[in-house]
Amino acid sequence: MTATLRGWVFFLSLGLAFLLTLLPLPGWALELRPPWVALTLVFWLLAAPERVGVFWAWAMGLLLDVAIGTTLGQHALSLAVMAWVAVSLHRRLRLFPLFQQALAVWLLLLLERLVSLWVMGALGQPTPGLPYWWSPLTGLLVWPLFALLGREPRRGWPGL
Amino acid sequence: MVADQRQHLLEPLRSALSLLVTPLHYLANLPDAVVRSVRDRFTPESSLRQDHASLQAENLALKGRLQRLESLEAENRRLHDLLGSSFRVGERVLIAELLSVDLDPYRHQVLINKGSASGVFIGQPVLDAKAVMGQVVRVGPTTATVLLISDAAHGLPVRVNRNGLRAVARGTGLINQLDLAYVPHDADLAEGDLLVTSGLGGRFPAGYPVARVNEVKRESGQPFARVTATPLAQLDSGHEALLVWTLPEEGRTPDLVEERGPEQLGDPASDQVIDQVKDQGTERRNGKEKETQREMVEGREGGRDQVKFKDQNKDKDRDQDKVKGQDKAKEQNKDQAKERAGEGARP
Repeated sequence: MTATLRGWVFFLSLGLAFLLTLLPLPGWALELRPPWVALTLVFWLLAAPERVGVFWAWAMGLLLDVAIGTTLGQHALSLAVMAWVAVSLHRRLRLFPLFQQALAVWLLLLLERLVSLWVMGALGQPTPGLPYWWSPLTGLLVWPLFALLGREPRRGWPGL
Repeated sequence: MVADQRQHLLEPLRSALSLLVTPLHYLANLPDAVVRSVRDRFTPESSLRQDHASLQAENLALKGRLQRLESLEAENRRLHDLLGSSFRVGERVLIAELLSVDLDPYRHQVLINKGSASGVFIGQPVLDAKAVMGQVVRVGPTTATVLLISDAAHGLPVRVNRNGLRAVARGTGLINQLDLAYVPHDADLAEGDLLVTSGLGGRFPAGYPVARVNEVKRESGQPFARVTATPLAQLDSGHEALLVWTLPEEGRTPDLVEERGPEQLGDPASDQVIDQVKDQGTERRNGKEKETQREMVEGREGGRDQVKFKDQNKDKDRDQDKVKGQDKAKEQNKDQAKERAGEGARP
């Protein structure tokens, strides 16, 4: 697979993740929405850590802040921190069996939420309740999908 | 982050990035829009006729009320002239549609499909068919973000319609609840009181209904009474919103239909219409109540409330500053000037 094609897949997947983040859900499901952008970023951080790193996570976080109307930089910071941890651990994470990998991803998502919460606290915004922590959990349930999706093409596409 | 939160320095960056994001917003809105248009297309003729008939009836009723209102307005203006106080009437409204897009679940914000291209400005009041919804906090070229009055960071200066008592209605983060801040124990407030905007913050025009008092708790250990109110606007289910420009008297354009443009007239938004018809009865009652009471309030204003008004005002200002920068009056004037200029050009 050529680099440009892979670039397209990267942007397409992120666009899809943004779309899924913005799609309206019924009220009860709002807090169960998996953190699509963070999940997609983790996927690419593990799949192509030499190309997708902290900068991309930061840029996408900035875009996410604009898209959903949070303070500019909140998600940029949290996703960048998460990306830094993910990149520095990517060799180990890639070798994990699926179940263990999903747990590790859950921890990454929790870290992202935690940093986000710190930012909200530091800015004096109202802190959300317990349901705030549900979305990493649904992220954990969705992760196997990402992992399987990534595994198949990786066999066929050299260089991914 | 601090730059964004405290100084609003990064607004240009945000609006530049919003160019990238706006297509995504419209794309995310697409499924809902398609479903709605399909539903519109398959609406049976009989129900359209019914809608039409009820709308006509409503139109007639509203026109009847308007006749009385105009003479009252003239009278009010004369009285204000006598008092020597300035009085701004004349408002221009523009109908915007809410995009069905989920924003941050922990803030109460909605996205509307009008932006700086339509002259929307930061701090602009947004209403729905019944009451105040919120104010514009961010403007993109074709979209704008509206902070609802129920957001925990929003404060709105209100007064009790019955007796003119002033207070600040603060959002609680719950969609159906507002808190009145700093209300003394002996304040004359009761369940069911209608709260209207007082116009003191300089952002919202005075006299629009906001909420109805839900509960007044006077606990002796607490420094202030705990007052909760229920917003009258459909904050979580409405589909259209009114953007309001307050104009000096001469720049007034009365008709809302003109603003709407031919392309939007075909859009029935049937749910909304039915709701309005349903509430027509209650609204009419409220309206009558309001008119008589407003006269009372206006008569009292110059008198003994003055002292209380001053120190309450301090709290109000502080509260309001949470939401907005200091640029309020300047910006508003500028945008209105622009708006008026655009208006002249329009046929």
